Amino acid sequence: MQSIAGSKSSLTWAVHISVVIMVVLWLIPTVGLFVSSFRTADQISTSGWWASLFPAEQNVVARAADPDENRVADGSTFIVSGNLFDGEDKTISVWGTSSRAIDIYVAGDTADLGDGETITVQANGDYEWRGNDEQIAGRGQRVFATVTAQPEFTLANYDKMLLDESNVEGMAKAFFNTLTVTIPATIIPIVIAAFAAYALAWMDFPGRALLIACVVGLLVVPLQLALIPLLKLHLGIGIGKGYLGVWLAHTGFGLPLAIYLLRNYMAGLPRDIIENAKVDSATDFQIFVKIIIPLSFPALASFAIFQFLWTWNDLLVAKVFLIDATGQTTVMTNQITDLLGTRGGNWEILATAAFISIAVPLAVFFAMQRYLVRGILAGSVK
Amino acid sequence: MHPALLGLVTIIIGVGACIGYFYLSNLFLDKVLFPGKGPNAGKNINRANQVRPWLFLAPAVFALGLYLGYPVIETLRLSVTDRSLDGAFVGLANYQQMLAEPKFWEAMRNNMLWLIVVPAASTAFGLLAAQLTDRIAWGNVAKSLVFMPMAISFVGASVIFKLIYDARPEDKAQIGLLNAIWVQFEGGALSVLFLQVLPIAIVLVFAALVAYAGYVIFRPALSGGSGILVLVARVASAALALYLIWHSLGSILGIATAELPYGEPKAWLTVPFFNNFLLMVVLIWIQTGFAMVILSAALRGIPEETIEAAIIDGANPLQIFFRIKVPQIIPTITVVWTTITLVVLKVFDIVFAMTNGQWQTQVLANYMFDKLFRANDWGVGSASAIVIMILVSPILAWNVWNARKEMR
Repeated sequence: MQSIAGSKSSLTWAVHISVVIMVVLWLIPTVGLFVSSFRTADQISTSGWWASLFPAEQNVVARAADPDENRVADGSTFIVSGNLFDGEDKTISVWGTSSRAIDIYVAGDTADLGDGETITVQANGDYEWRGNDEQIAGRGQRVFATVTAQPEFTLANYDKMLLDESNVEGMAKAFFNTLTVTIPATIIPIVIAAFAAYALAWMDFPGRALLIACVVGLLVVPLQLALIPLLKLHLGIGIGKGYLGVWLAHTGFGLPLAIYLLRNYMAGLPRDIIENAKVDSATDFQIFVKIIIPLSFPALASFAIFQFLWTWNDLLVAKVFLIDATGQTTVMTNQITDLLGTRGGNWEILATAAFISIAVPLAVFFAMQRYLVRGILAGSVK
Repeated sequence: MHPALLGLVTIIIGVGACIGYFYLSNLFLDKVLFPGKGPNAGKNINRANQVRPWLFLAPAVFALGLYLGYPVIETLRLSVTDRSLDGAFVGLANYQQMLAEPKFWEAMRNNMLWLIVVPAASTAFGLLAAQLTDRIAWGNVAKSLVFMPMAISFVGASVIFKLIYDARPEDKAQIGLLNAIWVQFEGGALSVLFLQVLPIAIVLVFAALVAYAGYVIFRPALSGGSGILVLVARVASAALALYLIWHSLGSILGIATAELPYGEPKAWLTVPFFNNFLLMVVLIWIQTGFAMVILSAALRGIPEETIEAAIIDGANPLQIFFRIKVPQIIPTITVVWTTITLVVLKVFDIVFAMTNGQWQTQVLANYMFDKLFRANDWGVGSASAIVIMILVSPILAWNVWNARKEMR
């Protein structure tokens, strides 16, 4: 196209810049959460997550080690030496020994504290404090310093939320429960829908068009309508609230899309293959298992991803059909909404919990994006 | 039993039972009921082939009927009965009670706002993204990054955006991005430019667009010659346009004279009316990628000749986009719009997780959940579910009508 229009459009740069802006805008929210989940509670509450990506300058007050325990005699003088930051990666630019003059020395200087008492502070926080028996006593010398702290991240939040078994707010159990809900709720509707879709695509019977219209209609029925009647039904027939109920519910709610997607795909398969098989006296069951299923793999994968994302991310169905008063069967989305209520300000907990629940769908998304796109294109009712 | 083991067993039983059912029922049909041998072989094979589709369909039809068909009728029945009176028929009392509640009307108003803003913004951003990324080398990477929020749950997205909207006391460092940006504004020239001049310009552009659309619609009425119904429709649209313009101009005055509380961090989610838009941002952020994927495929499907012809005729890129490309993908835009509309009508998780309907952010789906599971009022809850169903039904009818048209 551009070759027809002549030289490269002068808009090209504008296009590139606009796309960069848009991508950054769309990424920033997720990145913010991701970065926050690797920071400690202190870090999160003292500075924005964006500040943690760059070396930050801050004023700190540190104290030399307790002289009574740490001093070493050197002739008539005593010395206390060590590191002001216990080895943390910070760099001192200027420092002082009184709160009124915190920037009178640069790193490496020796400060004169009067009567021969001195303290030397290096850029990395190493200090050497010298003086006589009376001076090097009591409490450690205070040092006020302006430091540049390197970005610092920790895995402690994940450790606490995933691996710590004593943490009742942990996500490990909810993660497992979510998985338990998701996998059967993804596989069972596929099996049922595949047979139905084959019948609707390749078998001739009265009422076929009507059934397809029904499926299209049911695609948009809000599942809100189903909550009370089905909960009543489940309680009535003894399933109650539990995994079986939520599997059945997800199967029912996922079927219209599954049948619709698979039927459209199967109807597009070449007629010759199926008719040849019939001539060779294959039964419908054989045709279905040996020909249709292998050929429909892309459509099956598309629906599987949809249903997986939908069941993994679902809150409403789980809240109604699964989670009972004991809370033993909580799923991750529910656990997060609970945490939002009880731990509203503890962002290190919230961010980590949210990212744990987001990580799996994101991995599936990036691994199988091709099928997802195909499914979306086929699934939007034209 | 351990739930994971139970899950595994269920998968095996479920899948095994399905396959076993299909296999055995077909076997039974062919070998026992209508054997394809003996004197009646031909007749039997025909009969078997008439029954077979229903064997394939039975589980799906049963599940669809039980899980989607039956609830519609049952909810309708529940909405005219009262649980506390042992399910006695109470006519429209539940609806009356619901209509008398201010929270319901707040939910309706907010849902209407959502219905206008979210599909419009997602489709517009999606179209923009699709068009911009179409011809650049790293377009696919950009697309998959904009598309990514689609995989994130509404609850996860709510946490993400709650962090952005977070507010801290004035003397502390702001950790929410929105407040961090907001406290940078101090009332100087730049603040006025970004927070007053720019919004006024946007509203002015909107008013101008409405005025232009109104003019285009109304103009033929001046020359006369059309039916009275058409004339009434034209005058009504012109009146609507005037109303919108009047309100836009009024809001410009509001923006121009507003005393903005510069420098004070705000708890944004508690600012009534404005907070609705902050919740909508979450859904727009998620749905834009969806719109982009479909619209991008549609844009690629436009015949090249039409664009070539436009270029030869000297059309500029903007003209090509708005007068050649957009008109050709109107059907796809409609599909995207209606699909997002459906999502919006059912939106629950975002409101539930972020505000739970406080500070005047209630929406219908959350209102319904409130009634059903907190107030335990099944009658009013079902009535509000029926309201959602009624709002969905035009789209349902339109989809079915289209599908039937395609089948012929």
